[in-house]
Amino acid sequence: MTLYALKRLGLAVITLWLLSVIVFCAGQVLPGNPARAILGPLAAPSAVAALSHRLGTDRPLLDQYLTWIGNIVHGDLGRSYQYQSSVAPLLGRALVNSLKLAVVALVLVVPLGIFGGVAAALHVGRPLDRVISVAGLSATVIPEVVSGIVLMLVFGLWLNVLPIQAQSPPGSSPATQVYHLIMPALPLTLILFGYISQMARAGTVEALSSDYTRTATLKGLPRGVVVRRHVLRNSLMPTITVIASQTTYLIGGLVLVETLFHYNGIGTLIYNAANAKDFPMLEAGVLTIGAIYMAVTLAADLLYAYVNPKVRYRSEG
Amino acid sequence: MTVETVAVEDRGALAATPVPPQALARSLARRPAFVIGAAILAFWILAAIFGPLIVHDPLAQNLGAINRAPSSAHLFGTDQLGRDVLARVIAGARPVLIVAPLATLIGTVAGSALGLAMGYFGGIFDDVVGRFVEAFMALPLVVVGILGVVALGGSDLTLIAVIGIVFTPLIARTVRAAVLQERELEYVQAARLRGERAPYVMFAEILPNVLAPIGVEFTVRLGYAVFTLVSLSFLGFGLQPPTPNWGSDIAANFGLVLAGYWWEVLFDALAIASLVIAVNLIASSIESVLAGDGQ
Repeated sequence: MTLYALKRLGLAVITLWLLSVIVFCAGQVLPGNPARAILGPLAAPSAVAALSHRLGTDRPLLDQYLTWIGNIVHGDLGRSYQYQSSVAPLLGRALVNSLKLAVVALVLVVPLGIFGGVAAALHVGRPLDRVISVAGLSATVIPEVVSGIVLMLVFGLWLNVLPIQAQSPPGSSPATQVYHLIMPALPLTLILFGYISQMARAGTVEALSSDYTRTATLKGLPRGVVVRRHVLRNSLMPTITVIASQTTYLIGGLVLVETLFHYNGIGTLIYNAANAKDFPMLEAGVLTIGAIYMAVTLAADLLYAYVNPKVRYRSEG
Repeated sequence: MTVETVAVEDRGALAATPVPPQALARSLARRPAFVIGAAILAFWILAAIFGPLIVHDPLAQNLGAINRAPSSAHLFGTDQLGRDVLARVIAGARPVLIVAPLATLIGTVAGSALGLAMGYFGGIFDDVVGRFVEAFMALPLVVVGILGVVALGGSDLTLIAVIGIVFTPLIARTVRAAVLQERELEYVQAARLRGERAPYVMFAEILPNVLAPIGVEFTVRLGYAVFTLVSLSFLGFGLQPPTPNWGSDIAANFGLVLAGYWWEVLFDALAIASLVIAVNLIASSIESVLAGDGQ
């Protein structure tokens, strides 16, 4: 297990490093002169040149990359052009906000998805199964923009039960914050529901037709106990895998949902940075979400390998 | 999620086997999901081609009639500049139905070539390129799209290129998995023993046998292309106004929702939903038929 973990960790570090190279190169392709962006269009060329020298943007690319990477490893993510202050604290706060939103979405979707999938599997082929499967599949393809707008109209405007403003007033209790986050979380929930219910359904169908379920039923255990004790446990791991694999779509969804509901998360941060051509912020933000994705999938892979010994032995063999 | 594992949405593609065209068409026509999806898609294609001829001019502003609710004069109401919403919804189909398929096509061609190379050559090449692909896939489509448009500008052509490039690694991953399944089969060994060069083996021997998964991937990714395009347009990094398009119309008008002007965004949202669902119904029907769940 430790060998497998170390191997996966090593691969993750290499991939993370490659990501930093990709982000750095992408940053170099972005148009605009950083010194000019900071000083504005009316500054004298000599001032721009002096600032360029101070920022180090006139140094060779490899130099710049090594400085950038070195700074990041020490926690310095650069200075934002827009806000003229350090990127790291701004990013950190935005990240915490996005995490709250993601947690609300996951807390809503995981039980709902597993429940839906198991219910569909218990009624395979019958109308309930069809409805859940088709509804789930359709929900996964609807863009967050669309579901967000419909939710805004239905629950925010016409029924007026949920607040449209996702940003709760400062100092609100956790309950109020969650209340404001329900509407932005729902588009994310809808997209994940389809995948999770599909996985839960497949896992449950397979478990229901397996030998150990037949044995348990023949032993006389009631259906409910059989489902709970034997079947549910087997749908947990695939669910975790599915969520991990959907992390990029989830993060992309965060960008859209946060913009739609005016929420100060990392999605809004990246969006504003792209609009304002604030490249340090943009690069730091993109690198961060890439790193988050890798951390999540690494954790999921290791968890899966821990629970299912076949995975680690196959890769070592 | 490494490049060795295949995503949930791609597993259907790997199970696809070739089916003769007539049998394929017959099986598809028998599936309600496919018929519904095809009907909706056909509607939007017709709207894209003929729409502007039968409705009001989507660009015509009428500042004396702004924000009017749906009425007999304007079936979907008017927006902030007095433009007819129905006309804009119908006209909005055209840019989406041009950009999305082209982008998917580019991504499919490039992704198939990359996947063939990675699967066939294997070894160090596969490992190194695989790491790059994995690093690339750590970023959401929308974010890479934003970066691409900021770097290359927002014209339709760059948009097609950016979305196409973003899809390349995703499709390459599935094609690579399909190629790995074919590589050890006898016809490939026979070709290599005959002394055929690598490009010949890849494109003349293996490619025809992985066309089914590639076809499924194309239809699945088409849905994603529409999804991504609309999302990027909403953020302002996709299709640009004043060309009527659903995403930027929503972006322009969603601030008015609180004031009660629901028609200015709802119809665009429903149009988008209907198109993505239609494409998805078609894609999953093709996937089921080719994977052998046919009736």
